[in-house]
Amino acid sequence: MEVLGGEFGDMTPQELAAPVNTVAVKGLVKQHIDSFNYFINVEIKKIMKANEKITSDADPMWYLKYLNIYVGMPDVEESFNVTRPVSPHECRLRDMTYSAPITVDIEYTRGSQRIIRNALPIGRMPIMLRSSNCVLTGKTPMEFSKLNECPLDPGGYFIVKGQEKVILIQEQLSKNRIIVDQDRKGTVGASVTSSTHEKKSRTNLIVKQGRYYLRHNTLSEDAPIAIIFKGMGVESDQEIVQMIGTEEHVMASFAPSLEECQKAQIFTQTQALRFLGNKVRRQRMWGGPKKTKMEEARELLASLILTHVPVKEFNFRAKCFYLAVMVRRVILAQGDNKVDDRDYYGNKRLELAGQLLSLLFEDLFKKFNAELKKIADQIIPKQRAAQFDVVKHMRQDQITNGMVNAISTGNWSLKRFKMDRQGVTQVLSRLSFISALGMMTRISSQFEKTRKVSGPRSLQPSQWGMLCPSDTPEGEACGLVKNLALMTHITTDMEDGPIIKLAFNLGVEDINLLCGEELSYPSVFLVFLNGNILGVIRDHRKLVCTFRLMRRAGFINEFVSISTNMTDRCVYISSDGGRLCRPYIIVKKGQPMVNNKHMDDLSQGYRTFEDFLHEGLVEYLDVNEENDCQIALYEHMISKYAKHDTNGQKQPSWVMLVTACFIPSEKRRTWRSSPSRCWECVRASFPTPTTTSHPGTRTSALWASRPWVRSLCWACVVGFVSDTVCFILWCSGERVENKQVLVNKSMPTVTQTPLEGSAQPGQPQYKDVPISYKGSTDSYIEKVMISSNAEDAFLIKILLRQTRRPEIGDKFSSRHGQKGVCGLIVPQEDMPFCDTGICPDIIMNPHGYPSRMTVGKLIELLAGKAGVLDGRFHYGTAFGGSKVKDVCEDLIRYGYNYQGKDYVTSGITGEPLEAYIYFGPVYYQKLKHMVLDKMHARARGPRAVLTRQPTEGRSRDGGLRLGEMERDCLIGYGASMLLLERLMISSDAFEVDVCGQCGLLGYSGWCHYCKSSCHVSSLRIPYACKLLFQELQSMNIIPRLKLSRYNE
Amino acid sequence: MAAPMSNVEEIRSRVILGEFGVKNVHTTDFPGNYPGFDDTWDMKRFQKNFRIDVVHLDENSMEFDMVGIDAAIANAFRRILLAEVPTMAIEKVFIYNNTSIVQDEVLAHRLGLIPIKADPRLFEFKNTEEEASEIDTIKLQLKIKCSRNPRASKDSSDPQELYLNHMVYSKDIEWVPIGNQADVFADSCIRPVHDDILIAQLRPGQELDIIMHCVKGIGKKVAKVVNSRLDTCSREVLRHSDLKNCVKLGRVRDHFIFTVESTGILPPDVLVTEAIQVLMAKCQSFLSEMNSVDME
Repeated sequence: MEVLGGEFGDMTPQELAAPVNTVAVKGLVKQHIDSFNYFINVEIKKIMKANEKITSDADPMWYLKYLNIYVGMPDVEESFNVTRPVSPHECRLRDMTYSAPITVDIEYTRGSQRIIRNALPIGRMPIMLRSSNCVLTGKTPMEFSKLNECPLDPGGYFIVKGQEKVILIQEQLSKNRIIVDQDRKGTVGASVTSSTHEKKSRTNLIVKQGRYYLRHNTLSEDAPIAIIFKGMGVESDQEIVQMIGTEEHVMASFAPSLEECQKAQIFTQTQALRFLGNKVRRQRMWGGPKKTKMEEARELLASLILTHVPVKEFNFRAKCFYLAVMVRRVILAQGDNKVDDRDYYGNKRLELAGQLLSLLFEDLFKKFNAELKKIADQIIPKQRAAQFDVVKHMRQDQITNGMVNAISTGNWSLKRFKMDRQGVTQVLSRLSFISALGMMTRISSQFEKTRKVSGPRSLQPSQWGMLCPSDTPEGEACGLVKNLALMTHITTDMEDGPIIKLAFNLGVEDINLLCGEELSYPSVFLVFLNGNILGVIRDHRKLVCTFRLMRRAGFINEFVSISTNMTDRCVYISSDGGRLCRPYIIVKKGQPMVNNKHMDDLSQGYRTFEDFLHEGLVEYLDVNEENDCQIALYEHMISKYAKHDTNGQKQPSWVMLVTACFIPSEKRRTWRSSPSRCWECVRASFPTPTTTSHPGTRTSALWASRPWVRSLCWACVVGFVSDTVCFILWCSGERVENKQVLVNKSMPTVTQTPLEGSAQPGQPQYKDVPISYKGSTDSYIEKVMISSNAEDAFLIKILLRQTRRPEIGDKFSSRHGQKGVCGLIVPQEDMPFCDTGICPDIIMNPHGYPSRMTVGKLIELLAGKAGVLDGRFHYGTAFGGSKVKDVCEDLIRYGYNYQGKDYVTSGITGEPLEAYIYFGPVYYQKLKHMVLDKMHARARGPRAVLTRQPTEGRSRDGGLRLGEMERDCLIGYGASMLLLERLMISSDAFEVDVCGQCGLLGYSGWCHYCKSSCHVSSLRIPYACKLLFQELQSMNIIPRLKLSRYNE
Repeated sequence: MAAPMSNVEEIRSRVILGEFGVKNVHTTDFPGNYPGFDDTWDMKRFQKNFRIDVVHLDENSMEFDMVGIDAAIANAFRRILLAEVPTMAIEKVFIYNNTSIVQDEVLAHRLGLIPIKADPRLFEFKNTEEEASEIDTIKLQLKIKCSRNPRASKDSSDPQELYLNHMVYSKDIEWVPIGNQADVFADSCIRPVHDDILIAQLRPGQELDIIMHCVKGIGKKVAKVVNSRLDTCSREVLRHSDLKNCVKLGRVRDHFIFTVESTGILPPDVLVTEAIQVLMAKCQSFLSEMNSVDME
């Protein structure tokens, strides 16, 4: 690490990486856990508050009011009303859902009584592991192992129906922000996606022939902007222009819009509302009193257009200003074409598990309440002996099933927000610890995978330090699926009340007190808070400075960001959730605040990373604020920009993601090798280290720690029918061969309950449905589990084990994306050996290097060799590592060639090889692709029912297809008999009877069309051909076969 | 050979270590290959040139120089030492009980790698069909159970102190004599060569109950043969340009340095003699094959 000077210079890279080890590994899933905690402790209460009261149309006196809502601890219902706490591991084993009851306190009326009931369950919430309500929080490693849980497991996922599910981070364009954009024709427009708890809407501002229009879903056609202004109560043209801006070119650009309004003869608010009322798209009426068109238009302006700007009692002031700013932005952008960049990461927000679940829960909760209301409306009018008691009608399964189904299928469909997303959740990949961690940091984008766009896929400079530059899949999802960097943090929503107060105290002038012209004053900056205009400020520098000082002092939350945008002349304050931020060392007077002492304290555990934050040594910056700061990459660079307020970058390795950190010496590679880097990120998830400290207790696929020792696979059998009889033939440690029966299950032949009265006498009939072992090699039974799942269905799980040695065809890889298949296994005496008598384990062809440029592998070998001789480890992450020169010196010291090339003798002849061989240790992994799982051949076997052709695929014992290209080869070669054999005789040859007279297919020597058998002859054609003829016939097309004798 | 006469001696006897590669790697002194040299095989000359100098010899390792012999023959010795000297090794593992976390097949593999101190010359090769008998099989037993140490202090967390028998070492393997083995091998007690090979770790309640059969076999690595002592050939001189042209690195073609490291079953000198005998036996059988072909 040649660039770390000064104080950092004394520290080894390992020391610098210390915070990564302590904070980051926890921090990688911290965002998920934080956001889930926020949801179940805070957000869920807000949702309840927003929907707290249910009334009935049938009885005005009746109501139901929620007083409080809680999420409990995970438990399982043993029998009716008996529950006990459950551990996550039990859920995994028994295919249950790790969930906790949601209980509410309610107040409602029964007859004339008012009743308060506490702790009523309304459903169950799947609980994220290691969240505040999980049984694992705050447990010691000892207690962890008592629960059969791995203390190293990061948590952050759900267990739903026994499967571990991760809710991927979703990337979205940020809400409530004005984005000025250019469409395909080059015309500029502005759009805002507003989102509040109740509503979501999108408002567009477009330009047509020099005039400005507002476009919205609820308006049947584009409405001239001036009319909207008038509808909102700004009737004077002067006021409109004042708000938008009084500069010459701005006024000139806006004039045509005013003119249009004039032409439409609209001068007052009433006229404008009437005009708009005619354009409102009719919506389905939810009952209630009918509104006039004008009222409807006013309602629309107040609540649907720019939803996020609050309108109290039809005071449209703030909304007018917002609209004016939108118009002004568009006008200004037209001149110099400075449109916003959609891919800029400051404009992106990440949705985490908590946010997604809160959307889902809110929807389900509303549905639940609507259902209760419907029941109340139906039952109250009817006279009954017992009074209507709503508690009896509260069903738990709606919310429970809604949550479980969404997480287990990954389909998030919320009708209210027109949201229909697939693949939100994924099964946690447990191939290795790294792959599990990598999954937690994955971000999926909303863009369609199939679309060929380069913008959202390419690496944005603003992603620097926030997202991993190398870990993204190849192929269609390239650049759309991203990964978080090590130190990135994602914010959660924060209260903005105190921030508003602080801003006003710091000199921000409230927007409601302004006349409008101030917005465009050149000396004044607009202040936004989470997309809403707060007011204006004269001395923006002072505001920003004081704000930051307050934040460092801990008076405001460390994740509130403030940044100035000089081009738009704005100050943006953000406290919303989903922003990406990362820590920086604060630099004062050219000196970083963190020094050696602090780092020592950190490594010895006297201080934590949080202490750094509290003491104002380190602060979190989000993408927008980064733009506003001067950031030194390394310490020696600070002096160049020496100013008061700079931010130093912390450990360079924080840029990368977890998996990428496992590639040694990555830095030395040229940019061309970056594909290999991606591959290794992928491949880091393939290989085979153990994932938990309790592999023995799990019954799911796991890979053992020794790369080429063994692999496990699993089989699982569930008996569903209640009368099922099972015999397990095998106990642990037993060996099973192909086709041996694992579970000898039998099942009643009649599974439906017989109709009443027709009860069959006698014993029920059973048929055997054994589950047998399939596999080309024998397995050992590692474990057998007999249990029942949540529905009390009988459950047997059998864990099988195979010991595999490397064989020809197995795939191996070094840590540089250099994969390869084992081609030959040579006995030791035939292997070449070096002067010390060592013979290599693997011989690799050097032609693998030039095109792939994996210099890191060369260095790994060299440093590994020197390390072995020295008896110490070398450091080789992407950001530093031992220098080649020093390593070479080490080699020379031990009497080896400085290039790492050895004199090698052939083991076959005993004579030396003509070249020196680059010889040394390299770490190799065995990848999960093994010949044993892939080898396949078939002579005869199953056929598809429809076409009678051989089945497809190894799992169905299918045939190997002679495809079009292979067929072309045979045609070209003229091997007609071979063709005939491959395409018909070995595939789906079929004897048909064809009538020579009518040319139609007959049946057993008889033509049904001609009612005769005299011209019927028998041919062999492919069954698929016969099928085609029949299908054509069914479509009223008659294919006739013309027959003639081959010798005529 | 087009090489000038002055070079011929060098080509014949030296392997040249160049900067970028090794030259003259192959043996070229075949009869008639070089004009002016008589390369026909001559027993007397061979006897004159050939010598073996034992540099070092102890119980487990030995080092000797073999000079004046063709690379192919020297290599044959090396290969035989590596692969064809018979030894006794655990071949069959009967697991009666294994409640440890080590899987049966992994445990069996680990056991198979333990060298057993038994002289293979005193045993016959086992015929696969037949039952194990005293002349071809050694029976070993490993029976151990882990338990809590009743005398461990209460707050201890050290497994060494907490448990008894929690580490299973090769010394726990016992020899069970079959037939008259107890008398025959009374003095050369059969046991693993090393006592401190860790086989498995146990926790209280776990136990191993295993019977092993050792048979005579080949193909197991017993020795390591090495070819160099004097110069490690780092070729460091070639990096300095001023020296590059003055120095020529060479190796004597027919000088072989053997380092034989034994696993301890047999002393290394015995191994070498065994190897020579194997080679002789092979030559004998080859000669007899040749003769029988001639007959036909």
